[in-house]
Amino acid sequence: MSNIQAWTTVFIVLSFGTYIFIAWRSRVKETEGFYVAGHGVPTVANGAAIAADWMSAASFISMAGLIAFLGSDGSIYLMGWTGGYVLLAVLLAPYLRKWGKYTVPEFVGDRYSELVRTIAAGAAIIISFTYVVGQMAGGGIVFSRFLDIDLNGGIMIAAAIIFLYAVLGGMKGITWTQVAQYTVLITAYLIPAVAVAQRMTGVPIPQVSFGEILAELNSLGTELGLNEYTQAFTERPQVDIFLVTMALMVGTAGLPHVIIRFYTTKTVRGSRYSAFWALLFIALLYTTAPAVGAFTKFNLLEGVQGTSVSELPAWVENWMGTGLVTIGEDVETIQSVGNNPASGADLIVNNDILVLASPEIAGLPAPIVGLVAAGGMAAAMSTAAGLLLVISSSVSHDFYFRRIRKEAPDRERLLVGRIAMAGAVVVAVIAGMNPPAFVAQVVAFAFGMAASSFFPALVLGIFWKRCNAAGAAAGMIAGLVFTISYMVYTLEVFGTSANDHILDISPEGIGTIGALVNFAVAIVVSKLTPPPSRELAEMVEGIRYPARRRTVPASAQTGPSSSGEPEAGPATGPTAGQS
Amino acid sequence: MSRPDPMRQGGPPAQETTEGGPPPTHDWRREYWRRNLRLMAVLLVIWFAVSFGCGILFVEQLNEISFFDYPLGFWFAQQGSIYTFVLLILVYAVRMDRLDKEFGVDENGDDDEAETGRGGEQ
Repeated sequence: MSNIQAWTTVFIVLSFGTYIFIAWRSRVKETEGFYVAGHGVPTVANGAAIAADWMSAASFISMAGLIAFLGSDGSIYLMGWTGGYVLLAVLLAPYLRKWGKYTVPEFVGDRYSELVRTIAAGAAIIISFTYVVGQMAGGGIVFSRFLDIDLNGGIMIAAAIIFLYAVLGGMKGITWTQVAQYTVLITAYLIPAVAVAQRMTGVPIPQVSFGEILAELNSLGTELGLNEYTQAFTERPQVDIFLVTMALMVGTAGLPHVIIRFYTTKTVRGSRYSAFWALLFIALLYTTAPAVGAFTKFNLLEGVQGTSVSELPAWVENWMGTGLVTIGEDVETIQSVGNNPASGADLIVNNDILVLASPEIAGLPAPIVGLVAAGGMAAAMSTAAGLLLVISSSVSHDFYFRRIRKEAPDRERLLVGRIAMAGAVVVAVIAGMNPPAFVAQVVAFAFGMAASSFFPALVLGIFWKRCNAAGAAAGMIAGLVFTISYMVYTLEVFGTSANDHILDISPEGIGTIGALVNFAVAIVVSKLTPPPSRELAEMVEGIRYPARRRTVPASAQTGPSSSGEPEAGPATGPTAGQS
Repeated sequence: MSRPDPMRQGGPPAQETTEGGPPPTHDWRREYWRRNLRLMAVLLVIWFAVSFGCGILFVEQLNEISFFDYPLGFWFAQQGSIYTFVLLILVYAVRMDRLDKEFGVDENGDDDEAETGRGGEQ
């Protein structure tokens, strides 16, 4: 066992021990705790949990590598995965919190109808599942490299651990373990980034100092047959950049496993601040990522350029075992570097390894390499656990309990939820072994679907009282079918042939159009069908105000339970399955 | 962005009962909501201008300008927009706090202690 492997094992075992300990300490028996931690999490902790939930293998493992190869166009991921929080904070979170239901399907179920609820639950399962596949692949890369086994074996191990861990605790365990996971992953991300920045520029703040190397990176890239790093629209056309960024933002705001987190605050105010803390914690990683991308690219190019194959740095050899780094046949000295086997470059480096390999590429000591591996696993696990929870709650709650056995006791529902989780893990392992694209891209597909299904239904449900069940159902189906069809049309996932992009729109960007289709269909169909009941309109009115009005003339403090003004939520809504 | 007119369409205006409560005033509700929407609109315009405007639509023109060592458009796309997003949410949370207090619809205490008016759910 090499030095690096020893340190990796130490860090992974230590961090996992901590998570499992916390999950075990707070394991839950009752259904309410299992799903939303009984509304009692401080906003800063909730923010950190949202951040951990949110920052997946795609953010941690894959993104900086993608940016390294995309250059300026990597900003689709940077802006796309952070800008959505503004939409979430301003358009959705406080209102959904005020409504006070557990999941997105529950909200639309109350706001529209049982049919819409079922559609939403189906969409939640498809979206979360796609997203889980990305996590499995990411976790697999970590284990594959550091245990020296092939990628498929790595994926199996990652899946087994993720499943065990999600079954152990519900949301409550997960909220506090996710705070721990955030700590691990951000430390693991920042330490090597700061070390590299310090070594290369003398300024230990990567966000500030990576500007210094950009000019050199531009010329170095040009020599090796790559585009200028800071040149915009070299990898994708402008229209596609716009659409992908929008799809990721809108998808962020519609992702069921993120939205459910905002129900864990006690107040509407708390949900606003949770969004703030979450984005602050996320921004810490997201502003570092472009620096990591630039520094790693620089070190990579400088280290291999014009080097003969026999004298390549050790990391090349180390990573070749995973099959994610390859050297072209009959190559003697490295003249070109690429990330795509089809490019025919002398050295092919898969995007997904760059972050994990960056400490090795920069020649940092073994403990740091191990720490980064633990961070990558934390990112993959925390997100996968949150997603599995959405899958299990959608299956047990929205399908099984609502549609099949209304009298199912808590125990039985938990069991059904866990079986659903297990099923999802098994299928995700199979899909993770044959992913249709890089980790970050697989994840981007999930966002496209979330953008085209949930976001419009939620926004219309909150801001437009006239929107009715028929409109929402038609809109969601139209948006989702449109988006998925285009993805199937342009990708070779389901054995269909890959067709050319229409009007330069990539499958990652189609969610934006899908969302527009959804909005349009929902509005037209709503207009053509009768408006929702007056009672419902009052419920929608009620979510606009965080609390009843207190300081009014003519009456003293209006107590929280006095009548007089419409109040949304469980008080007037159809009964939730929980209480 | 096709967002529907968020003003109160369809659905009869919520009726207020007077029993034991405040006198029937629609005004504060409309006013509160209008100010909420105005704040929202301002923040979303900035959100769009910084990310899609500076980071995508005009990135090439801005790249002509150098900001410290960064081309400005590139800096907006990879750094500046993210800082702006964080600030926007903070401004939203703080301004909404103020608005809630002004209209007396704030929840007593903060999230970490209070259990205001949500007792039924626990």
